[in-house]
Amino acid sequence: MVTVEFAPSLRRHIDAPIQQVPAGPLRAVLDAALLATPALAHYVFDDQHAVRKHVAVFINQTLQHDRVRLDRVVVAGDKVLVVQALSGG
Amino acid sequence: MHTLLIGTRKGLFTVQGQGDTPSNWRIAAHHFAGEPVTQVLADPRDGSWLAALRMGHFGVKLRKSTNQGAQWTEIAAPAFPPKPSTGPDASDPTPWSVDMLWSLTAGGPDQPGTLWAGCLPAGLFRSDDGGHSWALNMALWNQPTRKGWAGGGYDLAGIHSILVDPRDAQHITLAVSSGGVWQSRDVGASWSLTSRGMRALYMPEGLQEDGNAQDPHCMVQCAAQPDVLWVQHHCGIYRSPDGGLQWQRIAAPAPSDFGFPVACDPHNPLRAWFVPAQSDGCRIPVGGQMLVNRTDDGGQTFQSFGQGLPSANAYHLVYRHGLDVSADGQTLAMASTTGGLWVSSDAGERWIGVSNDLPPVAVVRFA
Repeated sequence: MVTVEFAPSLRRHIDAPIQQVPAGPLRAVLDAALLATPALAHYVFDDQHAVRKHVAVFINQTLQHDRVRLDRVVVAGDKVLVVQALSGG
Repeated sequence: MHTLLIGTRKGLFTVQGQGDTPSNWRIAAHHFAGEPVTQVLADPRDGSWLAALRMGHFGVKLRKSTNQGAQWTEIAAPAFPPKPSTGPDASDPTPWSVDMLWSLTAGGPDQPGTLWAGCLPAGLFRSDDGGHSWALNMALWNQPTRKGWAGGGYDLAGIHSILVDPRDAQHITLAVSSGGVWQSRDVGASWSLTSRGMRALYMPEGLQEDGNAQDPHCMVQCAAQPDVLWVQHHCGIYRSPDGGLQWQRIAAPAPSDFGFPVACDPHNPLRAWFVPAQSDGCRIPVGGQMLVNRTDDGGQTFQSFGQGLPSANAYHLVYRHGLDVSADGQTLAMASTTGGLWVSSDAGERWIGVSNDLPPVAVVRFA
């Protein structure tokens, strides 16, 4: 299983507990994690279901620069962290 | 007692007050602290409030309150459908993702639950269930000339003014910066461009009268005589007496006919207010003196009023939704990008300051 955690900056708007979801491509992992809190999906993804440009997704300690394909395979034991990217005031 | 909804760079403020004594006006509440609020609506049909947020990280969100802000509920925000991967829209350079909600308008009294939202990029969205779901108006989005629209105020074109005809809610008039004025007589099933008479001086010779190239900064409608429309355009002031079929350029008043907002008297089709700025290239009050211009004769003459407004070294700019008039036609409110908020209880002749310290203001509306 993969652990998916949403940062407090997201949970401030919609509470989302840590999720354990099956391993697989990153998009499938994120979609599975958002099943428990579907209202959070529009915070993470834009209208075309790409990761918003001011949202950052890490697999373990590696920032994922691809926001569209999200086909990087996440393996069992990995941790996915969704945070806000640093940006202006 | 008046209630104002004020959307700012750092949240929604409600202000309550009446009369011309500053101490009678106060900031009553602050909602969504720290979040940009780009548009608000106090729905006259049921009293509900809507606030559009533009979260820096997490996109456009829409919140609704049915108890004057005591509680807010998140409702669906307008969103584009999947962008086609084939066909003419596959190469559309416009991002199919809502960046900002710029206008919110209630449908007619006979359309409970109908809301219109104009966005950046310039998608028009309609809800028929009070904002719980939205659909992109494909008839406008698929206009071939839509891809000729250009940014005006922002990099992308956007819809900032949506008017629902009080006589016939099937009749919608909207304005695009920059893409002209468009009208539908069949509740959005078909659209026609109605910018005739407007002139875009920033375009090359031969294209200045192209209706699709016009940049109407703000458009309002006289409630008592809905065929009378006013526009503060990028290149001056326009009025239409015939529902936008023909626009008449108003001779430039002193000190300037450049600006963003316009408000019109809901009862008197000859009266409207403007907030002049120096010019396209210098968006500050002329000479550092804030003024409000008012015409009482359909634009033939204007009076400038500055009593109670900063008279020197003032650099406030009032955005296109930063000026509003109440249903009484006498009480006005105005707020600026540098956090000034003023009200007038005598049709704009004298103003009192309510705050100098708000965040940059996007929108002021009487609830």
